[in-house]
Amino acid sequence: MRQPEGRATGDKFMLQIILVLLENKPGALLRVTGLLGSRGYNIESLTVARTLDPTLSRMTIVVDVEPKLCVQVIKQMNKLINVLQATDLTESPSVSRELVLLRVRAEQEGRTAILKEAEIFGARVVDSSTEGFVIEATGDLEKVEEFLEAMRCYGEIEVSRSGTVAIPPGGKKLRLQPPVPTRAEMVRT
Amino acid sequence: MSTNLMSGAKILLECMVREGVECFFGYPGGVTLPFYDALYDHHIRHVLVRHEENAAFAAEGYARATGKVGVCCATSGPGATNLITGLVDSLMDSIPIVALTGQVHSTLIGSDAFQEADTFGITRPCTKHNFMVKNVAELPQIVHEAFYVAASGRPGPVLVDIPKDVFMAQGHYTPVTTIHLPGYKVFTEGHTGQIKRAAQMIWDAERPFIYAGGGIIAANASAELREFAELVDAPVVCTLMGLGGLPAEHPNFISMPGMHGSYAANMGMSGADVIIALGVRFDDRVTGRLAAFAPHAKIIHVDIDPAEIGKNRAVEVPIVGDVKRVLEKLNKATAERKVSFGARNAAARREWWTQIRAWKEQFPLVPSISDTEIKPQHLMAEIDRLTGGKAIVTSDVGQHQMWAAQLIRFNAPRLWINSGGLGAMGFGLPAAIGAQFAQPHKLVVSIVGDGGFQMSIPELATIASHGLPIKIIVMNNGYLGMIRQWQELFYNNRLSSATLDCFPDAEKLAGAYGFKGRTVEKPRELAAALEAAFAEPGPYLLNVKVSPSENVYPMVPSGGAINEMVMGPPQPVAVP
Repeated sequence: MRQPEGRATGDKFMLQIILVLLENKPGALLRVTGLLGSRGYNIESLTVARTLDPTLSRMTIVVDVEPKLCVQVIKQMNKLINVLQATDLTESPSVSRELVLLRVRAEQEGRTAILKEAEIFGARVVDSSTEGFVIEATGDLEKVEEFLEAMRCYGEIEVSRSGTVAIPPGGKKLRLQPPVPTRAEMVRT
Repeated sequence: MSTNLMSGAKILLECMVREGVECFFGYPGGVTLPFYDALYDHHIRHVLVRHEENAAFAAEGYARATGKVGVCCATSGPGATNLITGLVDSLMDSIPIVALTGQVHSTLIGSDAFQEADTFGITRPCTKHNFMVKNVAELPQIVHEAFYVAASGRPGPVLVDIPKDVFMAQGHYTPVTTIHLPGYKVFTEGHTGQIKRAAQMIWDAERPFIYAGGGIIAANASAELREFAELVDAPVVCTLMGLGGLPAEHPNFISMPGMHGSYAANMGMSGADVIIALGVRFDDRVTGRLAAFAPHAKIIHVDIDPAEIGKNRAVEVPIVGDVKRVLEKLNKATAERKVSFGARNAAARREWWTQIRAWKEQFPLVPSISDTEIKPQHLMAEIDRLTGGKAIVTSDVGQHQMWAAQLIRFNAPRLWINSGGLGAMGFGLPAAIGAQFAQPHKLVVSIVGDGGFQMSIPELATIASHGLPIKIIVMNNGYLGMIRQWQELFYNNRLSSATLDCFPDAEKLAGAYGFKGRTVEKPRELAAALEAAFAEPGPYLLNVKVSPSENVYPMVPSGGAINEMVMGPPQPVAVP
């Protein structure tokens, strides 16, 4: 994954994309983020929402870690009881997208240029006023970063990003733990 | 079975009975009053401790001595927070315990109510898993899940937080028969291909070495370990958590490796070409500086927790599984090779054993004996002589712990009980209480330092109340010994807050609680004093004043390699 510029990660760290399928229960999210926080890994972005199965959520986390710890992070996440599966998507083919809402100040002169720039990136204007525009753009991380760079030239911008959402490559089957009998049942039978 | 309408408190007790709980340790409080009321006419035994921290340690002692799940109980707020040290201790040493904590009424949660604390949040990183019960209907399922998670896979502590209204609510109790935790994967069977690779690697080895630890104890795999050691005919080291996994008197046993391990153990670990790691986690106390740890050895690592494999050291043959099940298969595979290939590398192996024996003879762990003061090593050797490898010995944390581990034999698992990973002082005495309840007919010796002992004095009341025949041996050097050792060796002997003055008179202290106590400080009186203590039918407090300036050797200094041990105090240099 291309590391974005201007990031204070330094040579030792890299951005790891982790996809987590977890139970949709109170505290489950906190367990995952707590695991990362207690080890001092900075979370670049995090999105979570319900899947088609209402008892499960899918989470996409982008974490700042040392490359040699990537495997350990995934293993520790899989240990959590609420986590059904944690996958590292950093190197593997997957589709990822991010949504960004950008407010740009635009006086008379720059307005058309901004609209043309937005069109190039396939972004839409969702709000317009005499002060400026609010523009919505979606794309993979690289495209989003380029869009923000482009827009920066036009004046003061304010950005609200959703964070990366990813979907795994198909074909991998989810292996879950089947039900087990309680101790009392095992003693009886 | 018919469904009954009963209170949440009674439902909890029913679940505990079904889980085989016979005895648990706790301290009541406001929000657990409904539970304690239900307990009043129930047959389950509750042991009242004098500090919640000791309820958790006692539950650990119980679990470590039996392999069953230990149970402790505390009220909300300060009761629950007092359990935390015990929870983290269980987490570090992988001990199965279930902690039941009361919580304020559901409607008051989040309002800073009296004795309210965010127990669920605070204990999240302190436990293998935790639960907050929202209503009485989900109580039975949660309790059974808690016991299952605590005892299965890599064991650990599980906390269940129960609001007062759940204890009081009436619910229909239907026994729970299955547990469904789709995200909780337990790997018991090792990969057959990996096991075969391991067997071949062992067979081709010239200097095989077995590094066994707490996992052998947790899996009850002592018999399999013994068979394996004899099949492979390799030297075996047991870590601090694994002592007793192989009988200390077994000819293949080389003692403990690591920071205060024996010379032969550390040299052997460093000189091996194949290390078979069984139920261990390559802890920093054992490995020393990782870059220098056995740099030329190939490692076969068997562990039930996949996250431990490759965590500190990359391994050639990783095997995830229950070490007992894996050893059963590995023993078979190794035995097959023995038959097919005969005595492979016989000469190299014989040379390896000659080398190991030479190292053992070069620096054996022998106790030093003086006739003017009692040396701590002498004390441990005497305890060893009197227990003959058969008694349960609990230890607190510090120098005495290291000397006990070095010099006392354990010929069976679950006899040596100590706080390894967390090193929590104040552990030894309450753990002995738990162990004695678990094994009422066994001799339980609690070796504590004067520091750790003073953290547990309240529990002398618990011991007196139940007449527990625990033999408390205080190794008293008037210091926080390990701190003093490090300050002497690394901080220019600037003894900052390492001196423990005002130790109470042992005879008077024990007498205050209604049992016998004595102080001994002359070497020639030691044997008789210990024998008298052990012969006493009830509890006994023996305060042994030992030499204050002894340091634990060998020592691998922090950041050092394990084959560069400091073997003794620096010798004085002649002035020219």
